[in-house]
Amino acid sequence: MTLSPDDLNAVRRVIAQRRALEGALLPILHGVQDALGCVPPEAVPLIAEALNLSRAEVHGTLSYYHHFRQAPVAGRVLQVCRAESCRTMGGEALHEQAQAAGGCHVESVYCLGLCAMSPAVMLDGRPHARMTPEKLEALLREESAA
Amino acid sequence: MSSAICVWVPRDAAALAVGADAVVDAIRAQALARGMAVEIRRNGSRGLLWLEPLVEVETDQGRIGYGPVDVDDVRSLFEAGFLQGGAHPLALGLVQALPAFARQQRVTFDRCGLIDPLSLQDHHAQGGWAGLRAARAMTPETIVERVIDSGLRGRGGAAFPAGIKWRTVAQAPGDLKYVVCNADEGDSGTFADRMLLEGDPFKLIEGMAIAARAVGARQGFVYLRSEYPHAIATLDAALKLAREDGALDAGFDVEIRVGAGSYVCGEETAMLESLEGKRGIVRAKPPLPAVSGLFGRPTVVNNVLSFAAVPTILAQGADFYRAFGCERSRGTLPFQLAGNVKQGGLFELPFGLTLRELVFDWGGGTASGRPVKAIQVGGPLGAYVPPAQWDLPLDYDAYTKAGLVLGHGGVVVHDDRADLAELARFAMEFCAVESCGKCTPCRIGSVRGAETIVRIQRGERAQVPLLRELCDTMLHGSLCAMGGMTPYPVLSALDHYPQDFGL
Repeated sequence: MTLSPDDLNAVRRVIAQRRALEGALLPILHGVQDALGCVPPEAVPLIAEALNLSRAEVHGTLSYYHHFRQAPVAGRVLQVCRAESCRTMGGEALHEQAQAAGGCHVESVYCLGLCAMSPAVMLDGRPHARMTPEKLEALLREESAA
Repeated sequence: MSSAICVWVPRDAAALAVGADAVVDAIRAQALARGMAVEIRRNGSRGLLWLEPLVEVETDQGRIGYGPVDVDDVRSLFEAGFLQGGAHPLALGLVQALPAFARQQRVTFDRCGLIDPLSLQDHHAQGGWAGLRAARAMTPETIVERVIDSGLRGRGGAAFPAGIKWRTVAQAPGDLKYVVCNADEGDSGTFADRMLLEGDPFKLIEGMAIAARAVGARQGFVYLRSEYPHAIATLDAALKLAREDGALDAGFDVEIRVGAGSYVCGEETAMLESLEGKRGIVRAKPPLPAVSGLFGRPTVVNNVLSFAAVPTILAQGADFYRAFGCERSRGTLPFQLAGNVKQGGLFELPFGLTLRELVFDWGGGTASGRPVKAIQVGGPLGAYVPPAQWDLPLDYDAYTKAGLVLGHGGVVVHDDRADLAELARFAMEFCAVESCGKCTPCRIGSVRGAETIVRIQRGERAQVPLLRELCDTMLHGSLCAMGGMTPYPVLSALDHYPQDFGL
């Protein structure tokens, strides 16, 4: 896979905007992922060169963090909290339900900070709490129709 | 529109997660249809989360609350005349007077939920920047003394005296120093940092600016987790306003850095590595970050709540702050009550109340109505506290003495259906997923620990001594709290709930 000219420009733009920051690598990786939906391997040498790092160093950082993806995901992203508070309120069943339902990319997160209203999920950056199997089903249906 | 009635609806992520925006739309639509003038203002959350979305109407008597309001309730609220404080099944009366609110002693969260978090006018009206103004009239040494005298200890979990840390940084040689706020609130059951960032971000900015003056730093960073997009947006907007208002200037500015989903980056040295653009791998200590921190420079690293306590200390004095609390735990702690609890939320209280009071008097017991079985205090690395220990005072030292941790003040309630063996296995699995991999007890111990618990669950009792030995190695041989404290939930589950392990 090679980057399209548009994507390449987007990567270059993020690098140009952020390379002068102290500790610029994470801000650049965030910027690229925000623009392209992932940090494709083709972006790694460009970032490495701009920051005077080895490709291994950039790849090491990129692959360390759960948040960064190296390939795009299709469709919506549903983050299901699987930490203790949500776990004790039925979060695990929601995770299974979401995986079985399909239609969106399901990720595990450990705490969305909505613990007093467990269980909680986040769909494309929008939080939903006091979830029930019925509410999750409705949410997935409504969102896929939208 | 001068006669418009002011209606407050929170913009906090917790309120949004239960439909606050839809409630706002419905109120606007109803008001329009009825030709009524309504001004909607967005506040942070009061922290009474079982009442969210909590809608408040400004009346001559004060702010009258209705909650939890669903979109479908809005029509009947209008029909009941809620804009004049009319009676309705969801009516709560004056929010300030609700026992769950009035009985708190809010110091750090005094403005949270009361004001529009991004209104400088509200901020000034509520005494904003008073601490910073006081600090600017003092020498850096005096600021440090005040913070030491207040007895403030780090609210992130380690409870190290904040003023002592500041003094170390202030006295460290070098021109370039940093102030870093740890807002990587990853512990399950905690949300106080998020609530403050979304409900009163100027308080944090003010605290960081005071710290910068005390230690001579020109640059600050807030390391904020990517799971908190609303907090990131609110703080970003607040930083711009703080610059306009002169609280931040060429002498000291603050930048947000967004985390990337790594729990261990809440450990201060892993966080510094991450800020430097590297993998979030824990550093060996010493050197302490106060001596050699971010980019090798002396660095103040404190939690959101530690910085946010500082404006009050400077504005109202060290004695005012230390008058709260008990023994060597001075001030207040915003306790966060979560999990299977009827009335979950944030309750800011002086140290010293008991877990039983917190969970039953404040929380009203379980949401399910079933008996409480175990209460995990202090996040995923905190122990499961059995009923015999529910009457200990919640203060740092009483908890440490009993082999427990208070941590960031997060409390997660589990009812009698909880399987503590499964929760212990999850603690090990979580450690395996989140371990930075630098030290062997954590990296390998957590994987072996999870496997060993599965064997015990299958009935292999002979594995129990092995698990204990492994926990001992992790406790004493790990580089940081990740591996070093994962045995807390595991051993507490094993010691107090052996029946769940089939023992």
